[in-house]
Amino acid sequence: MSSEVRASGKNELPNEMTVTGWRRQSNTFSATDLVSSVASAVESGKSLNAYITTTPERAMDQARHSTERQKSGAGRALEGVVIGVKDNFCTADIQTTAGSRILEGFIPQYESFVTKKLLDAGAVFFGKTNLDEFGMGSSTENSAYGPTLNPCGIALGSSEFVPGGSSGGSAAAVAADQALAAMATDTGGSIRQPASFCGVVGFKPTYGACSRWGIIAYASSLDQAGVITKTVGDAALLMDVIAGSDPKDSTSVAYDFGGFEHSLRNTSGAFTVGIPRQFRDMSTTPDLEGVWQEIERRVSAAGGCVQLVDLPTIKYSLPTYYIIALAEASSNLARYDGVRFGYRANDPKNLIDLYERSRAEGFGRETKRRIMLGTYCLSAGYYDQYYAKAQRVRTMIYNDFARAFEAVDFLAWPTTPTPAFKFGSHNADPVSMYLEDVFTVPVNLAGLPAISLPIFQAANGMPMGGQLIGPRFSDARLLAVANSMLK
Amino acid sequence: MSLDKTTVAKIAYLARIEVPEADREHMAGELSKILEFVEQLGEVDTTGVVPMASVVDTGLRRRSDLVTDGGYVDAVLANAPDRAGSYFAVPKVVE
Repeated sequence: MSSEVRASGKNELPNEMTVTGWRRQSNTFSATDLVSSVASAVESGKSLNAYITTTPERAMDQARHSTERQKSGAGRALEGVVIGVKDNFCTADIQTTAGSRILEGFIPQYESFVTKKLLDAGAVFFGKTNLDEFGMGSSTENSAYGPTLNPCGIALGSSEFVPGGSSGGSAAAVAADQALAAMATDTGGSIRQPASFCGVVGFKPTYGACSRWGIIAYASSLDQAGVITKTVGDAALLMDVIAGSDPKDSTSVAYDFGGFEHSLRNTSGAFTVGIPRQFRDMSTTPDLEGVWQEIERRVSAAGGCVQLVDLPTIKYSLPTYYIIALAEASSNLARYDGVRFGYRANDPKNLIDLYERSRAEGFGRETKRRIMLGTYCLSAGYYDQYYAKAQRVRTMIYNDFARAFEAVDFLAWPTTPTPAFKFGSHNADPVSMYLEDVFTVPVNLAGLPAISLPIFQAANGMPMGGQLIGPRFSDARLLAVANSMLK
Repeated sequence: MSLDKTTVAKIAYLARIEVPEADREHMAGELSKILEFVEQLGEVDTTGVVPMASVVDTGLRRRSDLVTDGGYVDAVLANAPDRAGSYFAVPKVVE
């Protein structure tokens, strides 16, 4: 496994298990060969538990079809590229659980907009990757299908480290060569935080850049599809396929990004990167200090200059996020009622009993906590105190970012306060787990694009990421600058 | 705000999640801790600030009032825990 190389952020060795790397070799190494090599990586890395469901036979059929198309010169944009898909994207005829017992055995009858686009571009799905239930968590410990292990930890001889979450399965699969790339979603950091913990690249596009249709909803005003890859170039290739508006999602935006992959070929030119004083002045550790310095070094090396900026309300991002996300979750998850699909409790006495027990038995602890708190924050007498208040602070955070982007082109700060923590570290206190998201949630509240880059190795040998954040719809240029920062 | 067992029972009913009597005390403690954490928003002066529901302009998009979809009863019912003919089936609701 080459995760140690990637974790060090040096990227000198070409890793062929990337989309671009495989493409270079696809004349000698066919799509079916690729599926076989992914299948053997999944088999030998079974203990990682990166996938909830694998579909190797279907992948092999798709790969055969891809090989034929390539031979006849009819290869599409992602022909034969083997991808893992987070198990909260509905995939037609393939079990989709969202990491929840309540959806065990659920077989979607339709394909999500984003996965449909990937299939139409020739991508091959190897399976559905593990996640915290409905995306609620930062470690995959909240999955009903068992936690995923961190492959970088395994490479160091330890199975104690979490892969991050909620897209822990996607990040682990990419880091362990169990897919060339993976689809994921990010509501409060679920792409970037696991990417940081597993030493890979995680890109959350501008809110609205991709359709949410067919993605199992957690918090609709924050949920965003994105990608986990080993390189920025791979992220750009996938973005060229999945971005776009969709009549079925009225929050998706028709925006011409001008070609993500294409933008990487342009030199980025001069640019300025703001460092928020409010984050820079926080108490730090040698590891975190190392990430800060690495960010500044790489910005300069890429031709950018760094300056301090003020984001006065950013320190309220976590409480704002948790109120909004939980309120939206309580509404979105009302659909799991044991009537139309999903788990139903045995022998219900009446309809209320059917609802109450199906949901009590089907949802995990954290999901129940979040639904109940969200319900409370929306209930009569508390709506203004909690939900409306959080929506107002959200406006202030959004405006802080807008003002900052008048002065600088991008912002940057670390992705996570620490490298991967150990399983069980936050069992006693849910709030301590929420604090892990301090550097990721502000971006979701403002709907901004952000990428986590594997740029630092902590003292214990585990990777840590740095984030580059841009104004809404700056995604293509953001990737171009991020790419030059990884060189 | 510190929640008590009675409030937890009320929220549980509103959320339609059964929380057994024995678990309510513990749940009240956990939920109270999270509420205490989010209550720091109380110190922010939000006078005159407009609440934000979404970063995207949420004006409703209109489309022609035409049937564009439908006619697949079996797909709709494919994941039903219980069905009766072309319907979802639930326990008797009229006592």
